[in-house]
Amino acid sequence: MLQYPNIITTPDIEITELRRLTELLRQKYNYDFSNYAMSSFKRRIQRVLELYRIPTIDGLIRRVNDEPGFIKEFISEITVNVTEMFRDPSFWREVRDKVIPNILLNNNHVSIWHAGCSSGEEVFSMTIMLREMGILDRCKIVATDIDADILAKAKAGVIPIKNMELNQKNYIRFQGAHSLEKYYKEEGGKAIMDKTLVENVSWREHNLVDCTPFSKFDIILCRNVMIYFNQQLQNQVLKMFHESLFKYGYLIIGSKESLIWCEVANRFIVVNNEEKVYKKVKD
Amino acid sequence: MNPVQNTNQYKAIVIGGSAGSFQVINKILNGLPTDFELPIIMCLHRLKHVRQGFVEALNLKSSITVEEPDDKEPIRKGKIYLAPANYHMLVELGNSFALSTDEMVNHSRPSIDLTLESAAYVYKNKLIGILLSGANKDGALGMKKIKDWGGLTIVQDPAECMIDTMPTSAMKVTQIDHVWPVQKILQFLLEVHKQNKKISPLMSK
Ligand SMILES: C[S@@+](CC[C@H](N)C(=O)[O-])C[C@H]1O[C@@H](n2cnc3c(N)ncnc32)[C@H](O)[C@@H]1O
Repeated sequence: MLQYPNIITTPDIEITELRRLTELLRQKYNYDFSNYAMSSFKRRIQRVLELYRIPTIDGLIRRVNDEPGFIKEFISEITVNVTEMFRDPSFWREVRDKVIPNILLNNNHVSIWHAGCSSGEEVFSMTIMLREMGILDRCKIVATDIDADILAKAKAGVIPIKNMELNQKNYIRFQGAHSLEKYYKEEGGKAIMDKTLVENVSWREHNLVDCTPFSKFDIILCRNVMIYFNQQLQNQVLKMFHESLFKYGYLIIGSKESLIWCEVANRFIVVNNEEKVYKKVKD
Repeated sequence: MNPVQNTNQYKAIVIGGSAGSFQVINKILNGLPTDFELPIIMCLHRLKHVRQGFVEALNLKSSITVEEPDDKEPIRKGKIYLAPANYHMLVELGNSFALSTDEMVNHSRPSIDLTLESAAYVYKNKLIGILLSGANKDGALGMKKIKDWGGLTIVQDPAECMIDTMPTSAMKVTQIDHVWPVQKILQFLLEVHKQNKKISPLMSK
């Protein structure tokens, strides 16, 4: 094959090698990635190898094993943190115009769990919307993620200014009451979010894989997180979400995810198929 | 060599395309019989934040309904799939899709390389990869992976492409089995279909 220039592509990782890595992570650090979707997990590992210039999986396994301080960084690198404010604006309109008013028919307060909140854009979108509805102080919000580094970023509420163009576009399409600029000030190439928006948000490290419920909610948002899991793990996590919802509470997943194939599907009804809003109707 | 030899082995077709590929795809999808069996997995560059419209546009001409799969949707015979806006679309072992919002690759999400690469890994030598007109290099490395795993590689003839960067980039990094104009690509797919029917006349969905 000399006729083709030597293209450097990382060699393919064997599934058995991946297994050895996930086994070590599970036993030594209690992080279980064995039920992540193979195709995307493999890609993330490949990316880590490139990033740290580690030539083989064995090298990575040694590093993970010998350097306990590396694990936090590793978790941060293999998780996909890409997010936006008001991602899928039509979905946010649905929450504002239907979901929340519906809950308020029977409740004075609304409890919300953002599972896999990443750098917080989704949480800020929620609190901005709730403030515009005049009910932010009646809402209890918990935001969780597996990745401690990204949670620290979310708490800080600082967003690279280059992302704000898209966030603003989304906010306009959401038809917010004001202009997004009302909620942040620009400082040194960054958007510093208004901290009073998240005064009552509790940020917590929580691994969905452990499937430990910790409270009950009116709304659970878990968008673009379970796409990284295989179906078995999706099923387990969805069961835990079902348990963590009040009856007639709402489960919301990403716009390209579906409950159809999962075991708890028959305990939910579809509220909006396009925006992936489901309602728990059976215990 | 008869290009259609052993066509019974094929399990899926992946198609990548970008600028200038819309008409080409239309022609192919329009020319397929409604009982075409091999699943077709398409990754075409598209506007990141426009969720609707693209699949509808393709369906005006396609003889088989094109669908944007949800995450973990099983890949079925007789179906045509299109990577949704703003998600990478990967093929998962066990024959289903896995979507991802990873960083953009080659300035694209969906990226053709990722779809092709993951399909190559799952289908190995039972995959047909087709790369059409386009203005960047996305897809070239994916075609290389398909070749490396023993699959069949086809690009649209650069002379016919509106923008030939994509096929020519692929030709630079790996051996391309066939460089064909659209008409020939379509003919080949019809031949594959005929062979499939002969081999398993009773095969149904
Ligand atoms: C693509 S982001 C989604 C952010 C936001 N929900 C959205 O849709 O824009 C996925 C997030 O899920 C988190 N995550 C991945 N695996 C997790 C797990 N096992 N438990 C909790 N969070 C997890 C990642 O750290 C990442 O921040």
